[in-house]
Amino acid sequence: MSTEISDALVVPSKQAHTGKGLGTGNPADAFVIEPPRKRTAKTPRRTRTNFEMLAWLFMRLSGVVLTALILGHLIIMLVLDGGVSKIGFAFVAGRWASPFWQGWDLLMLWLAMLHGANGMRQVINDYAEKDSTRLWLKGLMGTATVFTVLLGTLVIFTFDPNI
Amino acid sequence: MSTPTVEHSAALDAVEAGGTQLITVTFRIRRFNPEEHPEPVWVDYQLVMDPKERVLDALNKIKWEQDGTLTYRRSCAHGICGSDAMRINGRNRLACKTLIKDVNPEKPITIEAIKGLTVLKDLVVDMDPFFQAYKDVMPFLITKGNDPTRERLQSAEDRERFDDTTKCILCAACTSSCPVFWNDGQYFGPAAIVNAHRFIFDSRDEGAEQRLEILNDREGVWRCRTTFNCSEACPRGIEVTKAIQEVKRALVTRRF
Repeated sequence: MSTEISDALVVPSKQAHTGKGLGTGNPADAFVIEPPRKRTAKTPRRTRTNFEMLAWLFMRLSGVVLTALILGHLIIMLVLDGGVSKIGFAFVAGRWASPFWQGWDLLMLWLAMLHGANGMRQVINDYAEKDSTRLWLKGLMGTATVFTVLLGTLVIFTFDPNI
Repeated sequence: MSTPTVEHSAALDAVEAGGTQLITVTFRIRRFNPEEHPEPVWVDYQLVMDPKERVLDALNKIKWEQDGTLTYRRSCAHGICGSDAMRINGRNRLACKTLIKDVNPEKPITIEAIKGLTVLKDLVVDMDPFFQAYKDVMPFLITKGNDPTRERLQSAEDRERFDDTTKCILCAACTSSCPVFWNDGQYFGPAAIVNAHRFIFDSRDEGAEQRLEILNDREGVWRCRTTFNCSEACPRGIEVTKAIQEVKRALVTRRF
């Protein structure tokens, strides 16, 4: 018989015992190993929106656009005309004098922030186990995103080179 | 080869001579019996077996000859019923379709219950949430109007469209290999989507819109990260991730 258990073999379960068990009323059912977030007995009510699909599509499309925008940005900023050494207030002011570069930077700001925020939203959805934790994390992230996007937009449009 | 012969061929002799080479294999099984120990425990069992036998044969041998308390599910033992999906050497497989020689018997072979579902005892998990997700996608024929007096005909091409997803045996190997499902059991999971796919792309079925609506929701296909764990785990070789992507494409093309 190999049922004698040596302590070296006892590996604590990473899954928490909630003690809630299966909810069948049988006391023996309380002692089970439950996954972090089990499917609820009742299927959640449907939202009937296309939000998740639009978010998914946005990730694909913004990703393609961002690749071009960011690679272009990096080449201009870091490679062409002496690389980083040329970057200064005057250089940025010169670029933002043109509506084209204003538009480029604005688009890059919005797409990158929304792309990143949506990715973070999915990470939070995946890993925040408690509903309240999820709500708080998403709230914080949403606030930070809105703040950064609005501040960036404000700066791009109200930038005064004669400051 | 047309005449049956009682004499052994050279090839058969070779197979018989080499066929009974027994080896000692260690099975490291993650056992969980709350009546004995509140935490799961890895227990080693040593067996002398033919490496061409299956992992399920080893489990049976342990249960019948060494330790009758070992608990696991198995029914047909031929890869059709889908009862004995388990995590063997860290990968979801059917114990009845995995040969010992294919999972490196030189090292201890680890066996655990599938992940993401409540472990009741040893290798037995609570499959209710899994089947609940399956039921939610309405895996039955939905039609409108009167039933025809004859059978519902379908061309070979139309049948071919969803042939891959008809092979599912609901063993839960795919769903319990999905990292999204591990973290959030509310996700429908690959198996439910595969079975929805089987009806969404069936030309005889008229409930595709309803099923797509269900899978378009928060916990539907958009949670899939195309990790490909499900395709790798499927003991029936279903291209699970491809099926999920086809449902996504159907949603995108129907909504725009």
